[in-house]
Amino acid sequence: MEFWFSEFHTPDVKHSIRVNKHLYTAQSEFQRIDIFDTPEFGKMLVLGGNVMLTERDEFIYDEMITHVPMAVHPNARNILVIGAGDGGVVRELTRYDCVESIELVELDPMVVDACRAYLPENACRLDDPRVSITFGSALKYVRQFNKKYDLIIVDSTDPFGPSEALFTKEFYGNCCNALKDDGILVNQQGSPFYKEDAEAMRRSHKRIVDTFPISRVYQAHIPTYAAGYWLFGFASKKYHPVDDLDAARWEARKLKTKYYTTRLHTGAFFLPSFLEEMLLSVEGSYADSKY
Amino acid sequence: MKDRQYSMDQERAPIYEALEKFRQMRVVPFDVPGHKRGRGNPELSAFLGERCVGVDVNSMKPLDNLCQPISVIREAEALAADAFMAHHAFLMVGGTTSAVQSMVLTACKRGDEIILPRNVHRSVINALVLCGAIPVYVNPEVDQKLGISLGMKRSEVQKAIDQHPNAVAVLVNNPTYYGICSDLKAIVDMAHKAGMLCLVDEAHGTHFYFGENFPVSAMEAGADMAAVSMHKSGGSLTQSSLLLTGSKIRTDYVRQIINLTQTTSGSYLLTSSLDISRRNLALRGRRIFNQVAEMAEYARKEINLIGGYFAFGREMINNDSVFDFDVTKLSVHTRDIGLAGIEVYDLLRDEYDIQIEFGDIGNILAYVSLGDRSEDVERLVSALAEIRRRFQTDGSGLLNQEYIAPTVIYSPQEAFYAEKESIPLRQTSGRICSEFVMCYPPGIPILAPGEKITDEILDYIEYAKVKGCNMTGTEDPLILRLNVVK
Repeated sequence: MEFWFSEFHTPDVKHSIRVNKHLYTAQSEFQRIDIFDTPEFGKMLVLGGNVMLTERDEFIYDEMITHVPMAVHPNARNILVIGAGDGGVVRELTRYDCVESIELVELDPMVVDACRAYLPENACRLDDPRVSITFGSALKYVRQFNKKYDLIIVDSTDPFGPSEALFTKEFYGNCCNALKDDGILVNQQGSPFYKEDAEAMRRSHKRIVDTFPISRVYQAHIPTYAAGYWLFGFASKKYHPVDDLDAARWEARKLKTKYYTTRLHTGAFFLPSFLEEMLLSVEGSYADSKY
Repeated sequence: MKDRQYSMDQERAPIYEALEKFRQMRVVPFDVPGHKRGRGNPELSAFLGERCVGVDVNSMKPLDNLCQPISVIREAEALAADAFMAHHAFLMVGGTTSAVQSMVLTACKRGDEIILPRNVHRSVINALVLCGAIPVYVNPEVDQKLGISLGMKRSEVQKAIDQHPNAVAVLVNNPTYYGICSDLKAIVDMAHKAGMLCLVDEAHGTHFYFGENFPVSAMEAGADMAAVSMHKSGGSLTQSSLLLTGSKIRTDYVRQIINLTQTTSGSYLLTSSLDISRRNLALRGRRIFNQVAEMAEYARKEINLIGGYFAFGREMINNDSVFDFDVTKLSVHTRDIGLAGIEVYDLLRDEYDIQIEFGDIGNILAYVSLGDRSEDVERLVSALAEIRRRFQTDGSGLLNQEYIAPTVIYSPQEAFYAEKESIPLRQTSGRICSEFVMCYPPGIPILAPGEKITDEILDYIEYAKVKGCNMTGTEDPLILRLNVVK
């Protein structure tokens, strides 16, 4: 028997992964949630038909969205995490002793329930005493606060579904307002390869550039995402992601990682030519010629 | 939750049903429209969709005729009348403008007096230009802080009735664009006692007929005619509307009046949208409008938490000039963050890709309806918070007054058709205007034909232009010159 999960990366490109077993399926108020067991990628979380994470490659995403800002900020204590109901980002953050509080805002409680039940490797630190979980609209949550957070991590689904509001200028502005003067915003920025994804990426980058004085993009290779090539945004009112990287300080924390290194950190900000061009087209005078 | 009991089967949608049946018959068209189910215009079909152009058909026996309905359109009208508690309902395809004008033209002849508030929509005064009736304006009370016109006070209406006992009708604008309602029942009683008709421009009140705890609707209050914008809160296609009449009004005469100006090729896209929307409201309106009201109230609460903004609501009620308030209207006073409403309106669109209904000098109005999603409401609130953070000013140089009481010298018709000359705006002070000047939306005239031009009005026009209001009504599109009576 042939049993495959397929996802359209564009109307003309289909990415398929062989399935051993369909472990879970449910329709929440916001989206369809599925968990599969697969021979190549292990367990796989799928939201609205899009692969969110697999056991095999989630470390790349979760490490890159977490350790990059944590190696730049000298002392991130209060952290807001948006989306990320699987718990992977929280798991990485709880490894830092300096972190005092992690507020997780997830739209869909059923995602958290499903991950607790089927993806304990990711959800394992959701009960850490520093973690508090709020279910609801992140847009509403973040606009209540002023200069509260050292770091905001936006681990959203793509901009064409329930997470649409997390790619808007008002959301980035509200985040800017909720961050301390030396705060950092990191978000998943999508893929720059296929046309529709690239356009969405350009639009959201423009909105961040308009909101923060410093705004750079970095990359990682993620096999199960569209084109296997993924971007993250780093925005701050004070810190430059490469100039202000304190590699020695991070090394001293002695955190073991599978993907992130401080050498890779710098390298991740060096982008291919087509992407530099794409970003420059929306950066205008904000362009940073050094990286 | 159960909706109201109707005497007819509100599950029916006769025009829609007839169109579905007609589609299946695959009739060969040798009649208009010439696009022939879209085949003759493939680009249009690709844009609008084949299903849509396929029902853009002409009047014919199985589909009835809007000008003189005898079958499915007549049934649809009867169902609408049942749903809206009216004696009769006319399906209108020329916008609520045509419904308002038909109301006025039914009630008034040349030289008749009609009592109405000055903050009416331009369509009312246009009707006076057409028929030559004389307006008797009841100046609405103005809220000084918000700079908006409120409803008509009972005493002011009574005064106008006493002073003009020969007037034929009282027209009430209920609710206003901002959601403000007058004491409609009392005004209907006053008008009837004086032998006058009571007409209601209810363009912004379709939902009053279906929701819970809303202000009284025109038909419930006993009004004789009401113009209802189904395409606003009712969900039908733009330009479709309803004209409701009470039992005192002769249906056939109203039909004649409507046919004076209405197209003989009424669009089935519009009439079927009225039919389907009426069915939806009758079957599910209560639940729908509970949700809309809840969403608007939520947004009001959140906007007021931002600080600086004032999203006003039921606390405005004063038992007279604000007899009731329509909670689905999300109006926000913006002057306290140092921005004119029109500036916030532009910022929302240009900076945040959010289009709201309108901004005037001191307020914005976001239209909340059956199509809204709660995440979009969150976006609106967050964007307003951002506008305050990024753009607020100390407010110096912002104008306050929104309503300027007019001095009527000639009837609108006399002034409109009078010998006139076009002169530069600033030189018109003291002259009599022969055309309209208004911001659109909301489309309430700053000057109407026959009114005296004052320096105060000219200051207001220039200020509104500078702030970016979309000004219309004048022959000169830039409003550098005005037509005045010679």
